[in-house]
Order: sequence, then C-alpha cells, then structure tokens
Amino acid sequence: MTEVRPNSEGLSVLDRPNSYIGKTVPRPNLDRLMQGRGLYVSDMELPRMAHVMFLRSPHAHAKIAGIDPSAARQMPGVVAVVTGHELAKVITPWVGVLSHLKGLKSAPQHAIAINRVCWQGEAVAAVVATSRALAEDAAEAVFVEYDALDAVTDMRTALDPQIPVIHPSLGDNLAFERILDAGKVDQALADSDEIVEAEFMFGRHTGVTLEPRAVVADWNAAEARLTIYQGTQAPHMVQNIAALHLGLAERQVRVVCKDVGGSFGIKVHIYADEMATYALSKLLRRPIKFVADRVESFNTDIHARDHRCKGRIGVKRDGTITAFEIDDLTGIGPYSMYPRTSAIEANQVVNLVGGPYVTRNYRARARVVFQNKNVMCQYRAVGHPIACSVTEGLVDLAAARIGMDPVEIRRRNLVPDDAYPCTSPSGLRFEQLSHHASLGKLLGMMDYEGLRAQQAALRKNGIHRGIGIASFIEVTNPSAAFYGVGGARISSQDGVALRLDAQGAVICHTSITEQGQGSESLTAQIVGSVLGISMERVRVILGDTDNTPYGGGTWASRGAGIGGEAALQATKILRKNILDVAAAILQSTAAELDIANNAVVNAGDGAPRIELEELARIVYFRPDTLPPGIQPELMATRHFVPREYPFAFTNGVQASWLEVDTETGFIKLLKHWVVEDCGTIINPQLVDEQIRGGVVQGLGAALFEKCVYDERGQLTNANMADYLVPMSGEMPDIDVGHVVSPTLESELGAKGAGEAGTAGAAAAVANALNDALAPFGTIVTEIPLTPRVILTALGRI
Amino acid sequence: MSISLHVNGERVDAHVLPRLNLADFLREHLQLTGTHVGCEHGFCGACTVRVNGEIVRSCLMLAVQTHGASVQTIEGLSDTGEIADLQAAFRDRNALQCGYCTPGMLMAAQDLLKQEAAPDRERIREHLSGNYCRCTGYQAIVDAVETTAKARNGRSS
Repeated sequence: MTEVRPNSEGLSVLDRPNSYIGKTVPRPNLDRLMQGRGLYVSDMELPRMAHVMFLRSPHAHAKIAGIDPSAARQMPGVVAVVTGHELAKVITPWVGVLSHLKGLKSAPQHAIAINRVCWQGEAVAAVVATSRALAEDAAEAVFVEYDALDAVTDMRTALDPQIPVIHPSLGDNLAFERILDAGKVDQALADSDEIVEAEFMFGRHTGVTLEPRAVVADWNAAEARLTIYQGTQAPHMVQNIAALHLGLAERQVRVVCKDVGGSFGIKVHIYADEMATYALSKLLRRPIKFVADRVESFNTDIHARDHRCKGRIGVKRDGTITAFEIDDLTGIGPYSMYPRTSAIEANQVVNLVGGPYVTRNYRARARVVFQNKNVMCQYRAVGHPIACSVTEGLVDLAAARIGMDPVEIRRRNLVPDDAYPCTSPSGLRFEQLSHHASLGKLLGMMDYEGLRAQQAALRKNGIHRGIGIASFIEVTNPSAAFYGVGGARISSQDGVALRLDAQGAVICHTSITEQGQGSESLTAQIVGSVLGISMERVRVILGDTDNTPYGGGTWASRGAGIGGEAALQATKILRKNILDVAAAILQSTAAELDIANNAVVNAGDGAPRIELEELARIVYFRPDTLPPGIQPELMATRHFVPREYPFAFTNGVQASWLEVDTETGFIKLLKHWVVEDCGTIINPQLVDEQIRGGVVQGLGAALFEKCVYDERGQLTNANMADYLVPMSGEMPDIDVGHVVSPTLESELGAKGAGEAGTAGAAAAVANALNDALAPFGTIVTEIPLTPRVILTALGRI
Repeated sequence: MSISLHVNGERVDAHVLPRLNLADFLREHLQLTGTHVGCEHGFCGACTVRVNGEIVRSCLMLAVQTHGASVQTIEGLSDTGEIADLQAAFRDRNALQCGYCTPGMLMAAQDLLKQEAAPDRERIREHLSGNYCRCTGYQAIVDAVETTAKARNGRSS
C-alpha cells in the first residue's frame, strides 16, 4: 500500500544490499516486556527509599487557612509531612511563559501550593512514609482548613467583568490571545454564494497512560548529585529544569529513563508533584518515589482540547472555497504549564485551520483563558484534531449547502500536489505534500463509490450509515522554532554516538527516547543498514543524560526524522573511520572497500576481506601491528537539527464508515482508512502501528472521552469506569496506506508519523455521522459523540 | 495473617496485612513486577493473573484470599513456555508498544485460546475488551491472537 514519489537525490546511503530501511523487522528486546521483565519506574526500589503521597485540595479554589500535620507526623512509618512553605526553601517557583508567544502570561506556580489552591487536585502537603499505604493512612490525619473561594469554571464567562480574576496581579483571566488576518476575508465572504457557520465543541480529555506518571528521585548528599528516574519523553529537559529550580548545576543532575508505560505527550511536561518529589529527596536526603494513582492521574495529568470554536466558510456554487474564519476559545486551568506553556494548542489551531486548502483568505482569533480546573497542555497531535475537525466540518457543511459531494469539493480545493513548495495563509511553509495523491489512494482503498451505493440501499431499510472524509496536515520534525526561540531550554537537535566494540558490534547512544514507538528499532535499522552490519549487532542505549548525547527526546513526531538522521550521519562517519583502518591493514584504499554482512569487503566484487571482529581485535589489542601514524578512531558522533524548514509538514486523509442507531444514539464504527505521507518509511509496520494507535486515540475523543467538571470545578468522572476509553470491542479494523514524499532536508528523508492518526480521526467520524444523519436534517458539531448528543440532535430527548 | 500458596510453582509462605491486595503482594513482596497496576479498580486489566486456572484482576483480590491457591503470573507463563508461540506472534506483529498492558493482555488472550479453538476476530475483541491498551489501537493484538489460534489449530489437526 505504498507509493513512492520520485526523490531527485535518491537514497544512496540507505539503498544498500541487506538494507533494513523500508522493511518490517521486529523491534529488538520485546521479550523483556512480554515476559514481565521490563523495568518501569513504578517497579523500581532503592535502598532507604521512601514513598510520597500528595494530599490534594478537594476545592477548585480556596485559601489555605491552616495546615496541622502534627497528628500525621506521629503515624506509623511516617518520615515527614512537608507543606508548600517548607518545600519552597528547597525549590523555587516557576512561570510557564515563552517569549515567542507574545503576550502569554501566567503566575508563579509552586511545587506544593502556598496559601491558596487553584484547582481540585493541587497538592497542599506531601506525606512521606516507608510505604505508599502508610503515607495514605497518615494523609488522612493531616488537617487542612480551607476558606472556599469562588471558582472560575466556564471559559465562556471567564473574561466577564463580574467574574473573579484568578491571579489579580495579571489583571484579568486572559492568558493569551492571537489574531491573524490573511488575505481579504471580508471581500471573499461578500463574493461567496454561500456562507456556512457552525460552532464546534471539543471535550476536555486526557492521555490515560496505562502506567501513571512515576518518578524516583535519589539525592546523594555525599556526591551532591540528584539522580532522577522518570518515565519522561525529554530527559535533558528534565535535567535542566530540575537543576534550575533546585539551585544545582546541570552536571549535578542525572535523568535516567527506563521503560515507560505510555506517554502521548502526557510525560513530556514537568509537573508540580514531580518537582516536589525531586525537592523532597534533597530535603530528606534519601530516595523518594512518587507514583500517581489513577484518581490522581485524572486530576493532575495534563488535560487537553476543551475548545469551543466558531467557524465560517465561504463557498461558491462551483465549489470554490473562498475563505475560512474562526474564533477559538479554550480554558487551560489556573496556570500555563511549565516549561512548554499552555498556549501552544490554541496557537496550533490558528496555524492549522484551512491548511490543506488553496484559499489565501483566512482570519482567526484564539483566546486562552484561565480557570479553576486542572491544567491543560500539549497532548498527542496538539491542536490538530481541533483544526482538522473545524476545517473538515466546515468543508462538509459547505459541500452539503451547495449540493456537492464531499470528495469533489476537496478535489477542487486541496492544494495541488505540484504547487510545492508553498506557504499557508498562516505562514506555514510546506516543502512537499500530496493531498491529491493521498485522497485518490484512499478512495481506491475504501471503494468510495461502492460504499455510497451500499449506503443508499441500506437507507431504504432504515439503516443509517455514513461516510466521513478528513484531509489533514501534521507538524513534525520541529526545529528550534517550536520552543527554543521562545527561550525554553528544550533541545531541538539530537545526537547519536557510535562505537565499534571489540567484537565488531556497535554500541549506539542516542538522545531520542523510547516509549514504545520503536525508537530503538529504527535507530538500529539505520545504523545496521548504513554501516553494513546486522541489526543484532547494534545495541541502542537511550534515556540517560550521563551517557547519551544531548538532545530533545521523543515528542512532536521528531524521533525518526531528527534522531534518525543523526544516526545516519554518525554511521557514515564510523563507516569511513572503519574503512580507513581497513585500508591500512589491507594495504588498500578506503574507496576500494565497503562493509557488508559484518565484514569489510571489496567495493567491486563484494569479496570478503576482513571481518569487523578481526579488525576490532587488531585495533584494540594489537595496534602495534598497524602501520606507523595510523590512529584508529572507532567512535563517531553526529548531531542533526532541521534548519531550512521550521517544521517538516506531513499530510494525509482519513475516512470513517459507521452506522448510527437513531433510536439509541449509539454509533458502531464499521471501518476506518488512513493514507498518510511521512516521507521515507524506515519500518512500515512501526509506521502503520503508530497510525492505528493514533487513530484509536482520536476515536476515543470522538466517541467517549471527556473530563466532566461540574460548575464548582469538581471533576466528576476521575476514574476509568466513568471516563470511558476505547476498548477492543468498540474499535474497528483500520486500513493504512502511504504516499511517500521524502523531505530533502535530510539524507534520510523521514518525517514524523506519530500524530497523523489522532489528527484526523475525530473529524472523519463526525463527518460520517453527519452524513448518516443527513436525512434527518440535523448536524452535530460536538465531540464526544455520545448517545445523548446524538439523540438531542435528533430531537428525541 | 499467615498465608501459604504456590506462585509459579514455588511454595510461598508470607505474613500479610488483611488489606493487602494480590497485585501489591506479587509486586512488592515477591518482586514479581511483571504484573502491572494501571487503575486499581478492576477496569484496565493490566494486573490480570491466573488463580487456580482462572484469570482474575489481582487488584480486586486480597492476598489472603489466595491462601492455598496456585497463582501464575506472566513470569511463570513465560518460563514454562506455555505462551511462547503467542509471545512470538505479538513480537512479529508488533502487538505491543510501551508493553505495560502486555502481560495482562497475554494472560487474557491465553485464557481465550484455552477455552476456544477458533475464535473469530469479533470474539477476540470481545474477550480482550477488559484489557486497556492506549498504544496499539488493538488491531495488531487481535491479529496476533488470531494468528496464534490458527497456528495451534494447524498443529492439533
């Protein structure tokens, strides 16, 4: 299911005999996880380790009138009960702003609340004991007196004059606003035959990583070093931030990342309770373990989406889309998250709406407001599902208004595949996208005409099925434009260091991290292919700031494109170094030699000349036998960051085929298709599984997931029985196809694939539902598409 | 309270508090950390183990309830080779990403394969519907279980 588009550069380094590039090979080291012999942070135990349990506010907004920990301190097993005031002596507060998000403001946030709590779930005291159970027992004996304050909960009224300002020093509850006006929107709308408007609503949801956030912080007072074992996507970022706020040098902090039980952006941030855990270890001079329980996860893992977006589209009768206009509103909780901030999602919505389409006329306003709910921040496919649902929802509404097929209106308005490079109205630069090739392929895979015929036939029998299409663009391979330019010390470059060991195998350290995407595999595939050795001879080490090169980690679909290119370039250097030594040993020249099947061979006829193991033996143990002046260098390090384009945009299109029961309001997903273009595919299976997993995450948002807050700011469904996630029984099979437009910015040509699935899934489902409901003359623009929402739209309840 | 049981074929004698659940007993007392804790209220299936041949949520069972019982965890099932083919199918199909759900998923899948020789995809999806996986979207897992069922049928016929 892959179409490769011509790449003028070719793929010479990768297109070698026995290359692993483009091949499905099993990921290394899966047995460890399948046999229950992985090492997740929640599994870790260290000598003298104590456990922290955070006592959390039951109020959304309250003054802390007093805390009396004296009874708790006498409880069995209790090591300490620490308040915000006490912990503030060890760790400084932070403000989650970045300078490139102009006007973004936030208030100082402490590791543990001082004087006031601003959301239900904010920690007010840390109870440290010899076991989590004993800490929980003692927490019940900590007496906290609260004076409840009015809670700001409705984002729609958060800016009204009569609503309290959460942080008076900020002046109002507006955290961030962005306004964009490109082209001539008013003129374009005036010239349109039809203007269609709708308000799109998105539930507040969260990542629900199966392993909750977990950290073990180990301050060694004798070494004056802090080792942080944490399930994080960005170890060097954690190192920087922990050091900064604990008053340490970065060299005094080591971050180690073992197996991570799911991340999806949830674990790319640094949470107040994690900061508190680092600080407690320093304060108490012993290892401290924090593992969130599920209720804590719902109350404190970042939430996302929760946007209300009014949209307008202008269209002519021939299907020409004349303009897009949006007014987006989101509430992010009481603080902008640190260090990535909580303005990025709204900013992305502004960037991405209308992105696949030709029209130059686009106006947008996005407002981000504070409220007394849990913090919101970047979660898989940041902003994409919102932008895609709004754009694709509007396009379908416009098509319906003028009586045009949804596919046809897209054909007439998607940016042509030969129009690149080009720039979007919001200033995004696209190197090479393939909307039309992708749409064409998708229609073939799904048999669009056949489904339309089936739909019409079933409709006569009162069976209501719908087809939904959603084209999308995806931000991947972010350069420093994402965070670095705003002052965040979050690396956009990554590095790979390789060394040939004494048996001719390769030890590879990479700064990207693994949370199951296949970072280890793709790195080994690239190193093995470029060097000419078998993957089994490549040992990949990730997630340790003491040992790996400095780099960003794995997030924003950057691991393969950035870390993979660093691996490619490092391997080319190692290969050259090996061939230089081989030439000296063999009295040949490097140009006449190659490496294949773990041996140096003749470049011409491929005849084996010397095994790498033998070469390594000579270099390490008998350098005396090498010619004079030869100093072998069997290590190589290279770093990479994209410089030409701020982001490597990818694109794709999804389709949903579903049936809705108009009596009960239940949706049955029958099938889902995706065609995406992530450039060079290193491992087709890994890409497909990223897509499928991402789609299902988007389907959860479409159908089930929502953090339900009441008007007092209480999260009413903070458990997995009430917050519904997609399970195997409700999910469809998903067919995945590819178009391949490699980026020319790297030799590897890979772009990201981690978020494409999540970006467009909900839009495709919502469009399919509205297609199914067409005979009823109603539309739904709110997710999750629960039976209540659907029955309400149908006027049944 | 004193309990005596067999875990992965080995006799275990322990003193435990009545409130200790089986998942914590396995993880914290026996260091069998392959049994994972995801939600602690019986929803996610990460802590699935076998007690006297039946799969249970070990977060919903007290350790004291296993007195006299035979408990099998993912470590035990792996060492006996009972699910080696299923694990190979998971590996070949990339039916795991972060791996946190995988021990429980393998337990539930093997439970189905022991009960039914030829479950179809819908049946597999239904049987696994108590095991949450955020990474894969389930299709690869269903494929791996289906492949294993067919291979076992091929061997037995």
